[in-house]
Amino acid sequence: MTAKEMARKSIGYRKKILTYIYGAKAGHTGGSLSCVDILNVLYNRVLNVNPENFSSPDRDRYIQSKGHTVEALYVVLADKGFFPEEDLKTLCKYKSDYIGHPTRKVNGIEQNTGALGHGLPIAVGTAIAAKMDNKNYRVFSLLGDGELPEGSNWEAALTAAHYNLDNLCAIIDHNKLQITGSTKDVCDTDPIDTKFESFGWSVQHVDGHDLDALIKIFDHLPFANGKPSLIIAHTVKGKGVSYMENQVKWHHGVPDEGQYEEALTELDNTLTTLNDE
Amino acid sequence: MDTAIENKTKTGRANLEVFSSTLQELAAQDRNIVVVTSDSRGSGKLVPFGQKFPEQIVEIGIAEQNLVGVAAGLASAGKKAFAVSPACFLTARALEQIKNDVAYSDNPVRLIGISAGVSYGALGSTHHSLHDYAVLRAINNITIVAPADNYETTEAIKLAAVLNKPIYLRFGKKNMPDLDSTSQKAFQFGKGRIIREGTDVAFIATGETVYPAFQAAKRLAENYNIQATVISMHTIKPLDYELLESTANTCNAIITVEEHSVHGGLGEACASFLLQHRNSSSGGAWGGLFHIVGIPDEYTVTGSQNEIFNHYGISESGLAATAVQMINKKTPSK
Repeated sequence: MTAKEMARKSIGYRKKILTYIYGAKAGHTGGSLSCVDILNVLYNRVLNVNPENFSSPDRDRYIQSKGHTVEALYVVLADKGFFPEEDLKTLCKYKSDYIGHPTRKVNGIEQNTGALGHGLPIAVGTAIAAKMDNKNYRVFSLLGDGELPEGSNWEAALTAAHYNLDNLCAIIDHNKLQITGSTKDVCDTDPIDTKFESFGWSVQHVDGHDLDALIKIFDHLPFANGKPSLIIAHTVKGKGVSYMENQVKWHHGVPDEGQYEEALTELDNTLTTLNDE
Repeated sequence: MDTAIENKTKTGRANLEVFSSTLQELAAQDRNIVVVTSDSRGSGKLVPFGQKFPEQIVEIGIAEQNLVGVAAGLASAGKKAFAVSPACFLTARALEQIKNDVAYSDNPVRLIGISAGVSYGALGSTHHSLHDYAVLRAINNITIVAPADNYETTEAIKLAAVLNKPIYLRFGKKNMPDLDSTSQKAFQFGKGRIIREGTDVAFIATGETVYPAFQAAKRLAENYNIQATVISMHTIKPLDYELLESTANTCNAIITVEEHSVHGGLGEACASFLLQHRNSSSGGAWGGLFHIVGIPDEYTVTGSQNEIFNHYGISESGLAATAVQMINKKTPSK
């Protein structure tokens, strides 16, 4: 896939995220838009996982710790053919399998998440199993910056370094906002890099919306032999829709009809501009 | 516990030790068996396991939430993960991981609560697990087991290794003699074991309280001509409703016994069934006498496990006295 095609994918994913959240009248809009470029690169360039090999013990694993932005994951999984996109019209509806957090009822989902601070310990256990079995699969986990105060993350960070899990990569969707306000004001976890480095991780920063930069950084895994890797992806909550960007109210804000139309128009214009380049 | 019983219990091994030796036998045949510990291999009697199978033990350090999360990850990747930690910490500190990462995600972790109940005695309430049945009963998709003796422990571990579903097993540290069953049926989860049969009163006990219930039944027969049924209800969930039904049809008085709070454990599980779900062909809601013996809603008296048991009537004399008192009351119709 060319860089332009990847960029088109991201815009298409954003439109679909908004469409299904608008249809469900529920969802975590801002965070889904901040992490979707990361998911685009993971599922289209990095992960050895697809509907055909999903039951293979050798597949790569992706465990989304920030489960609340499941809409981005659902849209990408549908695009990869794990289930018909049509299913997403039932998002959060009565008796739907497509609930507001990742669930194994949905094909392509590795773990039921949603409570924060759970993804990394599970990812660590999965990565330890790979080492035990001399398997080459890799384990990826996406964390939100707002969930870093959960102590279980730091417990898992210790274990990952203790067992030299260089087959593990954590990505932090660092959009700097959480439900109450800025992460700095709620519970300042900066500097994240030196904290993880002191725990024995190898850390790199990236612009979480620069697809080329994301591709390159994933190509360099592991950043250091014998160490788990952390990518701090600097992102913008609500990315791609001007009136949502960096606005905390869009953490789980749902657009009304006018806002939805405005957002889609903007994304269509972005797509047109991209195509004209 | 009475001194006489205390002497007799020395003839068996601690269920915890039996767990460890059984797991070593299984691990020698199956390299997918992995133990995960939280600085607990000593108290879990797993030092020999670690020496024999260094590639099959994952030490987490004192971090129970991570212990369970990591075990869930191992299990999802095909490992038969036994997460071993003191029951008090495992089922309280890591409850959300048990709920989400194990039960809800259906990762077949074998959660092993060691030194359960009041095994830690005078170390106090921080180290007691008197809540574990209650909290885990309210979580879907997890089997809860407290073996009574070495036989049940061995069988439970063998079955847990092949169950491939979330399960919680708890063990104490005290030496437990094997109890004979009146039935030759093989041990299975969800099927209580009848240790003694009588028609005057039934003790439905679990874990390390089955033995004092059995001793109480013998005392009742010898001293009061009261014939008691004794059941080892090793599986608290799913509960053996069939056996409860037949016991309620036979005995007009039931005493449940558990090393757990009287709230939310075996006793209330039995009461719930007898009041709500008993087969209407058997007369609907049960009208017999019912009493829950466990730890009352308080932080326990200071003492050893035996002293705490004695204090709260989980003993040969205490349970016999409870039975005599109950059936001397006016007996209601079945």
